Amino acid sequence: MKTKSNLERVLEAGQFAVTGELGPPQSADSEVIRRKAKILKGSVDAFNVTDGQTAVVRMASWAACLIGKEEGLEPIVQMTCRDRNRIALQMDVLGIAALGINNMLCLTGDHQKFGNHPMAKGVYDLDSIQFVKMVKDMRDERKFQCGEEIAVEPRLFIGAAANPFADPFEFRAARLAKKVAAGADFIQTQIIYNVDKFAEWMKMVRDRGLHERVKILAGVAPIKSVGAAKYMKTRVPGMDVPDSIIDRLQGVPKEEVSGEGIKLCVDIINQVREIEGVAGVHIMAIEWEEAVPEIVEAAGLLPRPKFVP
Amino acid sequence: MLISEQKQLEEILSYLEGDKNIFLIGCKGCAEGWGSGGEKQVAEMENTLQEKGKTVTGSVVVDMLCDSALTKLKLRAYKKEIAAADSILVLTDGAGVQTVAELVDKLVHPGCNTLSSGGAHAEWKEAERCLECGDCMLEFTGGLCPIARCSKHLLNGPCGGSQDGKCEVDPDIPCVWQQIVDRLTKLGKLDKLERLVTPKNWSVSLTSGPPVRRLS
Repeated sequence: MKTKSNLERVLEAGQFAVTGELGPPQSADSEVIRRKAKILKGSVDAFNVTDGQTAVVRMASWAACLIGKEEGLEPIVQMTCRDRNRIALQMDVLGIAALGINNMLCLTGDHQKFGNHPMAKGVYDLDSIQFVKMVKDMRDERKFQCGEEIAVEPRLFIGAAANPFADPFEFRAARLAKKVAAGADFIQTQIIYNVDKFAEWMKMVRDRGLHERVKILAGVAPIKSVGAAKYMKTRVPGMDVPDSIIDRLQGVPKEEVSGEGIKLCVDIINQVREIEGVAGVHIMAIEWEEAVPEIVEAAGLLPRPKFVP
Repeated sequence: MLISEQKQLEEILSYLEGDKNIFLIGCKGCAEGWGSGGEKQVAEMENTLQEKGKTVTGSVVVDMLCDSALTKLKLRAYKKEIAAADSILVLTDGAGVQTVAELVDKLVHPGCNTLSSGGAHAEWKEAERCLECGDCMLEFTGGLCPIARCSKHLLNGPCGGSQDGKCEVDPDIPCVWQQIVDRLTKLGKLDKLERLVTPKNWSVSLTSGPPVRRLS
């Protein structure tokens, strides 16, 4: 084991992993996090906390991670290059490891234009791939990016994201290969609604042998309403929502749409599980955490494996 | 006016590794003025490369290399020499290198770092293609600059927001990474993008302070 991460143990044991997601509040309210953490507890092996998702100011990911950890969950801290240069990133990496957080998802970050401070200066000193490499070198070479030595290294299980649905599609597996070469231990993908396209991408990933070098968690999310599905289809960059998904939700009475959205999510989990090289799922039920236990149970993924640390 | 200086010879030679035949391009505008890629420097580079065992298939110094129409016209006379080259070394600022990249279906190597526009922004729109970052990365990005043309300055490929050739930030912004992938695919050199590009040196850019130290 590279780290003390529960997620690493689950994946290394060959168990199909389940991770969840928790959006921190736009306030200093810790109770919101405790409430959401209690909902997720027992249903997921670890939970992500987003880092200023869509560039909106929210509670720091590491702080919300720590509160969730107090509730007995294993956190995955998300960190973006949008707001931090290499100095700030490395300081946070040290602090996060010192707090006993064992997993980190390294991201470039949503562009500041989409958030509530579009006038902010974007940093982007590093990109996500350079960030992964830097954390890997801090952990395994005990070196800062400048080459200086670290006395006590941060032992983090390193994650990265992948979007199989963005363009240029032919280059997407190559980009994953770079993340793997940089040192990613696990990957969480963009939300999958187009399973065929995801399968096509996974084939390109397998052709490069990447599924044997990195644990790939397929991103899924329940849809609450027809409006939400249409919004994701037309307004969210990098999302691929086929018409068949919208048709399915439109095909049930209005009061049953959210239930159908949960069933749809379970169906997608069952489909991606069958694809060779998929090591788990990452369920992104942002502001709908209540759906997660239901989805995990319906997908037959309970109970979650337990490891004595 | 874009102010540039030549990269270290070792760095330039590392770019040319594996390429035997080189075509050389300089510029009589800014690069001549700053002694980084005018008539004299192009002649010197031609000698140096030959001493290092390269064959220079030809060379040209264009009046304003960043002027696409003019450069296109000029390069027409060198079709044979360019065709005979494995790649092209361009001795001028980032704007000029990108003009050549967009006109010629050969790999281009940047021979200079662009330090500053010398306070003369907006004199001509071509300068927008170069952010005068002082540490030219065009070697690793197919001759098109993501520092100036990608909303997140990404150096290792497109983010998850590239869709239908456009940047997620604005439908009027072309995704330069789509353009880079398209160009290298066309040249059969997409493997160039497989290498990890390491964190960039920003200490030589204007974001680190005024440029006086380099202009004294």
